[in-house]
Order: sequence, then C-alpha cells, then structure tokens
Amino acid sequence: MKRLKFFLYGITVPIIVLIIWQFAGNLSNMAGVLPTPVAVIKGWEGWIFGEVGLGLNAYSGTWLSNVQYSTMRVFQGFSLAAILAVPLGLLIGWSRLIAQFLDPFIQSLRPIPITAWLPFSIALFGISDMGSIFLIFLGGFYAIVVNATQGARDVDRNLIRAALMMGASRAQLLRRVVFPAALPNIFTGLRIGLGISWTAVIVSEMVAVKSGLGYVLWDAYYVGRMDIVLADMVSIGLMGFITDRLIVSIERFTLKWRFLQNH
Amino acid sequence: MPAIQIQNLHKIYLGDPPVHALEGIDLTVNDGELVALLGPSGCGKSTLLNLIASFENASSGELLVHGESHDAPGPDRGVVFQEAALFPWLNVWENVIFGPKTKGLAASEYEDKANEMLKIVGLSDFKKHLPVQLSGGMRQRVGIARILTLGSRVLLMDEPFGALDAQTRLSMQELLLSVWQQLKPTIIFVTHDIDEAIFLADNIYVMSARPGRIAEKIVVPLPRPRTITDTTTEAFNQLKREILLQIRH
Repeated sequence: MKRLKFFLYGITVPIIVLIIWQFAGNLSNMAGVLPTPVAVIKGWEGWIFGEVGLGLNAYSGTWLSNVQYSTMRVFQGFSLAAILAVPLGLLIGWSRLIAQFLDPFIQSLRPIPITAWLPFSIALFGISDMGSIFLIFLGGFYAIVVNATQGARDVDRNLIRAALMMGASRAQLLRRVVFPAALPNIFTGLRIGLGISWTAVIVSEMVAVKSGLGYVLWDAYYVGRMDIVLADMVSIGLMGFITDRLIVSIERFTLKWRFLQNH
Repeated sequence: MPAIQIQNLHKIYLGDPPVHALEGIDLTVNDGELVALLGPSGCGKSTLLNLIASFENASSGELLVHGESHDAPGPDRGVVFQEAALFPWLNVWENVIFGPKTKGLAASEYEDKANEMLKIVGLSDFKKHLPVQLSGGMRQRVGIARILTLGSRVLLMDEPFGALDAQTRLSMQELLLSVWQQLKPTIIFVTHDIDEAIFLADNIYVMSARPGRIAEKIVVPLPRPRTITDTTTEAFNQLKREILLQIRH
C-alpha cells in the first residue's frame, strides 16, 4: 500500500508536465520547436522500428545501432579511464613521493573542460572513434583518480598498523588493505566519472564522428526533426540511468560489508 | 632473557613547543609476565606501546624485544587495538588468518591453529560473520584470536576493553586471563581502569603525565588463577586504595 502511495506521489508531477507539454506543443507558435509528447513517441517509434514509406527518413530504424555506437564508446573510454585511474589514484594517495610527481600535473590539467579538448582531439585523431574515446576517457579519468586518491588517503591508520603488525609488505598493504578500504570512494568516482563520460560521448559525437546518439541529436536538429531531438535526449538520459544503476548494483554486491554497516 | 628491556627511553614530538611524551622510561618485562601500564590520558602509555610495536620510533634510549631492537612492526609483537581494527570487508575467519596468509603459508599450515584460537575465544560459530555483524566484545575476541594465530609471543593491548560495557568488560578480562593461563604469552596491557589493572596484572606500572614517566611499580600479590570474586576481597581493595592515593597526589 505504501509503495503504491509513493508511486502515485512520484508520478504526479511528471504527468502534469506531460499534460502541459501536450497542450503547449499544440499551440501554433510552437510548431517546429516543441513537438507534443505524442509526436515524440511516434517519431521515436519510427526511429526504433523503422517506418513504412518512401525511404526518405534517414533515421528510420537506426535507434538501436546508434545507442550501441554511443554505449560502446562510453564503455571503451570509461573502462580505459577506470583501469588507469584507480591504480594511479591509489598510488598518489598512498605514496607522498608519487603524489609529488603526479599530483601537480593532474591538478593543472584537470580545470581544462573536456569540451575545450575537442579541437585538439580532432586534430590528433581526425574524425574517428579514437577522438571520441579520448574525450570520454578524459572525462571519466579525473573523477576516478581524485576519488581513488582521497580513498587511499583516508584509510584508517590502525588498519594499516594492524596489517604491518601481521607482516604485510608495502605491496600487500596496497592491494589487501588500501584498495579495499578505498573502494567506497572509488565507486563514488566511478559513478561521477560515468556521468561525465556520457556528457563527453554526446559532445564528441556532435563534432568528431558521424554516428551515435550525439551525432543524431545534432543532425536531427539541423533538419528540423525536433521529435527525434527530444526522443534522443530521453534516450541519452535512459542510458545514463541504466549504466549508473549497473555500477550501483556492482557496488552493492562488492561492498556488502558497508551496506550492512549503514542499516 | 627478559621479553622486553627498556632503558632510558625518550619520546619527544617535535613542534612548537616540543612535547616530551615519554621521559627516561626504564622497564623490564619477563617472558610470560602480564604487566599493566596504568595512568590518566596523556601520560604516554599508548605512546610507549606504539614504540614497543614500532608504530613510532623513539627519540633516544634502548628498547629490546627478546634481545633485539626493531625498526618495523612485526608478527612477534601482536597488537590488540582499542577499536579492534578488524578489516571490515573480511569475515571473522579471513581476519583471523590474515597474518599467515599474507606470509604466504599454505592453508594446511595455519587452519588448525586458527580454528583452535577461535575456539579459545569462543567464536567457532561465527566464522562467516562480518565485523559489523558482531558486538564490540566479539570484535575484540577476533582481535585477540588473530594475534594468537599469528603466533605473537608478546601481546600489546591498548585499552582493548575500554569501549565495552561493564559486564562485557568483565567477561573479556576473564577470557584474557584464561588465554594467558593456557598459552603464557607476555602481555603489556594499557588501561586507565585501576580494577582492571589489579585483576589482570602481575605488576602494575603507574604512569604520570607531562612528561610521561613511570611513577611507581606495584606488585600485585593476589594468587592465580584469579576469578571475579577476587575483585571484592579485602586484599584487592587495600591495593586499590594504595594506587588511588598514589595517583591523587
């Protein structure tokens, strides 16, 4: 009963917005700017399943492949970011010497927004997947490295002492104490980094490649298909949500000890 | 050879002004002896324990454990921490075997011992539990089982029962005494609880603060094995009065 109540509460505002949107979309001065929800769903349906007709619709039936292009790029760039940033962040947080070498470098590059890297990345990689993956990597990298560093710095001193007392070497300490102790922070970094990676994929696909949700978004805008633009926006949000939930469920499984602690 | 020999040990924390945490500590602890370091907070008793464990380094003086000076922590000196300091992501069993496993021993070499130690501390049925699922007293039992499995001959205990409720504290003290009777390790037990010090120790070293010094050595004449009822005897109370007067002035 309670769940039903919360569900009804939760959908009230979205439904009101949808109704207002439907009326607003029907106003004559909104034509070509704001398609109605019904029109968006119809356009989306054609985008997903294809449309019967003369084959003039460039988007017909291409939704899934574009989702795949974008998701694949996020997966590649983000994985690369995670594989490099987690160990690097742990080392920076763990060793003052490594921090002195790397932290100034990373901190001085970090304020450059990933969007500012766009021209450089196109110059370097051309109109190709690599340019897009590079930006996604960069977007995910900073968030993960900063959080992993923080996690390694915050490890309870007595856990380190306990491990040393039991004969752990420095390498064992890093792998068996610092890494698991930093995992909560690492997951925070992964979630933030993944969000930035999705931003990066859309931005880069608008400019640097000719496929994916970001490419369709910009292309549909140029040809005035605002229904596709809006369906695309919702698709991006959906993919971001699903991939975030994926990380959260991995986190819940990996950090069972932590979720027990909080309940 | 004594288990621990300390001569003219100083610990100064540099700063402005520098803090003289320990001044001229002399202490000899025999093999298998149970010693209590008793004193108010800030008297340097935990610092002294950290120096013996090599968590910190002394500013000057000599500190030998089984005749050797150490510059790093090691399994010969097992530490029980105030808040247990178990690895929260490992279950009881994994925590207990952390030492031998880290050392690279085969499971067959430590499993029997770990099982035995878990039995001694009464946690045989809790191997799969995570530390968060245990009470404070049970966590300290794991902390004790883990250094017994490690095979430490010297146990350094830093107010291990300080955060427990009175009843649990009593049963943990009894448990520690029974472990000590069975295995006879050398124990240095830091506490600010006079009753605890008398109940457990062969010798009590009363420390005073600023700078941290050993003010007095008190021999506890109570016979062993001791039980809870010993804490209500006239001899016990007489000793407590003496120590109270000692600490007051």
